[in-house]
Amino acid sequence: MTNAFKRRDFIKLLGAGAALGVAGCASTGATKARLVVVGGGFAGATAAKYVRMWDASIEVVMIERSDVFTSCPISNLVLSGFRTMEDIRHPYDGLRKYGVQVVNDEVTAIDAGKRVVKLERGGDVTYDRLIMAPGIDFMFEQMPNYQKAGNRVLHAWKAGAQTIELRKQLEAMKDGGVYVLSIPVAPYRCPPGPYERASQIAAYFKKAKPRSKVLVLDGNPDVTSKGPLFKKAWADLYAGVIEYRGNAKAIDVDPKGGVVKLEVEDVKGDVLNVIPPQRAGDIAMKGGLVNANNRWCAVDWRTCESTAAKNIHVLGDATLSAPLMPKSGQMANQQAKLCAAAVIALINGQQPNPMPLISNTCYSFVSEKEAIHVASVHTWNEKENTLTTVPGSGGVSAARSEQEGNFGHAWARAVWSDTLG
Amino acid sequence: MQRKILLAALIAAAPMPVLAQSGDAVARSLAATCAACHGTEGRGVPQAFAALAGRPKGDLVSILQAYKTGKIPATVMHQLSKGYTDEQIEMIAAYFAAKKN
Repeated sequence: MTNAFKRRDFIKLLGAGAALGVAGCASTGATKARLVVVGGGFAGATAAKYVRMWDASIEVVMIERSDVFTSCPISNLVLSGFRTMEDIRHPYDGLRKYGVQVVNDEVTAIDAGKRVVKLERGGDVTYDRLIMAPGIDFMFEQMPNYQKAGNRVLHAWKAGAQTIELRKQLEAMKDGGVYVLSIPVAPYRCPPGPYERASQIAAYFKKAKPRSKVLVLDGNPDVTSKGPLFKKAWADLYAGVIEYRGNAKAIDVDPKGGVVKLEVEDVKGDVLNVIPPQRAGDIAMKGGLVNANNRWCAVDWRTCESTAAKNIHVLGDATLSAPLMPKSGQMANQQAKLCAAAVIALINGQQPNPMPLISNTCYSFVSEKEAIHVASVHTWNEKENTLTTVPGSGGVSAARSEQEGNFGHAWARAVWSDTLG
Repeated sequence: MQRKILLAALIAAAPMPVLAQSGDAVARSLAATCAACHGTEGRGVPQAFAALAGRPKGDLVSILQAYKTGKIPATVMHQLSKGYTDEQIEMIAAYFAAKKN
């Protein structure tokens, strides 16, 4: 039931690996099938690792454009200066120990009919099954001047270069300045993330530039996640520092910088952090996998197989989320294991687990040391034909605490380890 | 419906019968939901949360049930444990108990 391995593909793949110094291309003799994973974030890396760990007869090739993993969780603490970029960057070496072939390249096209992924530098790679974990890209078309503004307007919603740039701008801002954070209408990556960011930057200002302000312009009517806990932290810790406005959707920016345009007014600021609306990553659009609201990839949550294409699974933030399922790093890690088990079952001619279950725990830091969490458990619901939360399960922190902060850092270390080996 | 079509396609394409996944695989997947915090295969992570691998099944069941019923205090485990049935807790505990750490 699997495609015969094609020698020329192996040579191409070896070529791609050799050019980039990728060691340990698997031998092909005992290979049952080849799984290609596109994207090495929480979803893709976890899926690649777990398929190899649970069934080493499957060849796994993971294609990732970055040569290092950069975590969005904890990146808000880099903005406040309580952590560094080194804390959130992690190598892919651990995956290679499981026999994952990590290829540093850009996927330019997917041919679902021929089961081929085309790479910018490495040629074509055929697959028996494909897992797409492309994360999000931004709907810049909804803010016509956004890209013209260059570094005068940042999102920093993919941890990396923009995280560093935003930190620099915050450090350079004069005391008494205004940092503006614009939040898109849900759904977007990491529901509590913007509110954690507002808290972190307020903590930095309180310490280093006490006359400065954080102005939150939320496209949503109210705080979308852990609302009462965030608001209590803001009232207790950052009164006079954070100003929150709901129903304040940004529609554009001034290309010269300094101004966020709302529907009814222009808002000025010294550092502009405008998070645009989001959709599944570009390669999912190109590959024809986006079939929900022209934004997300719908999947069968028993297998994460795309409802748009056979033999292709989609994971993580790119998916049309099941009800109450956040687009979070841990959710991506958990979806990846559900998918890994299903892919192994399908390749081995077995029926995937008909009653999968996954859970989420997500910590947000409201100060240097204190955190809050939200937790949920999701299981297959035959009647609803999707994953739904288990009644009575889940919840949020009773209150913010340093103990939860310690757990938050422990959680980050643990999920990085489970994802990357 | 989609699963039926998928299964039909698999049956048509493959000479082998479609087998139900073993209970072991289901237990493995349930246990994997703990791994994001408690480490891959429950091995624990330095300076993070406790290892689960190799702990006696009875101990793990007792602790999880105590979290589930609120007999022992917790910050998050009381919320997560309520998402698992008693049978699922038994399966997870048996899985980790059989693992070496």
